[in-house]
Amino acid sequence: MQNIRETRGLEAPRYVMTIEKIISVLPYTTPFLFVDNLENIDENGVTGTYTYPPESYFYKGHFVNNPITPGVILTETMAQIGLVCLGIFLMKDKIEETAEFPKMAMTSNQTDYFLPVYPGEKVTVISRKEYFRFGKLKCQVEMRNEQDELVCKGIIAGMIARK
Amino acid sequence: MNKTELIDSLKEIIKPYIQDEAAFQNLTEDTKFIDDLKINSANLVDIVLDVEDKFDIHIEDDAMENMLTVKGAMDIITDKIGAK
Repeated sequence: MQNIRETRGLEAPRYVMTIEKIISVLPYTTPFLFVDNLENIDENGVTGTYTYPPESYFYKGHFVNNPITPGVILTETMAQIGLVCLGIFLMKDKIEETAEFPKMAMTSNQTDYFLPVYPGEKVTVISRKEYFRFGKLKCQVEMRNEQDELVCKGIIAGMIARK
Repeated sequence: MNKTELIDSLKEIIKPYIQDEAAFQNLTEDTKFIDDLKINSANLVDIVLDVEDKFDIHIEDDAMENMLTVKGAMDIITDKIGAK
């Protein structure tokens, strides 16, 4: 386990906001966790993936006998990977200091959709930070399918409590 | 820039974000951005960024905490322009 040094070691343990750590502190769980993995993350952006399980609850109703991932779920996926994971990374010092998860809220999103996502499809979300100032994180986010086709893209912003 | 011009410039910046038209029409120096104009915190950040662009100034996190009213914003802008 690479996190072993985060436990009380011999040297002063330097906290590292690893990808595993980010996912472990996400304030979501089934059936509303839409992050499987992060491929990379830095100050300027994040890339992550999620596969929609065919048994997901929303396929029962969207649509009748014609399961397609709802647009709001695609947007939520873009927000969880593109905004919340990046927000955790950017706030890592604060999270370390207070050992508390910062309060976050989506404040705006504008998304265009291009292709449907069917049950079992894996998507990749790529988010690029536009700015993070005064607690507001604004990102340009896009989602691609396994054929690297553009599924949807948009601009999503949220507020992160700084205290 | 005199006080009236400053208020007019501010009004132009905040207009796209206000949710209470009546409060905006009756805007004074004491008007509160969030309580009176019903602007949300995220759009208040947009206003600060627009103010920075418009007046070519940089506003720090601490200063923004005083930007709750029209007068608060005017004081910060006047202060920053004076310091240039």
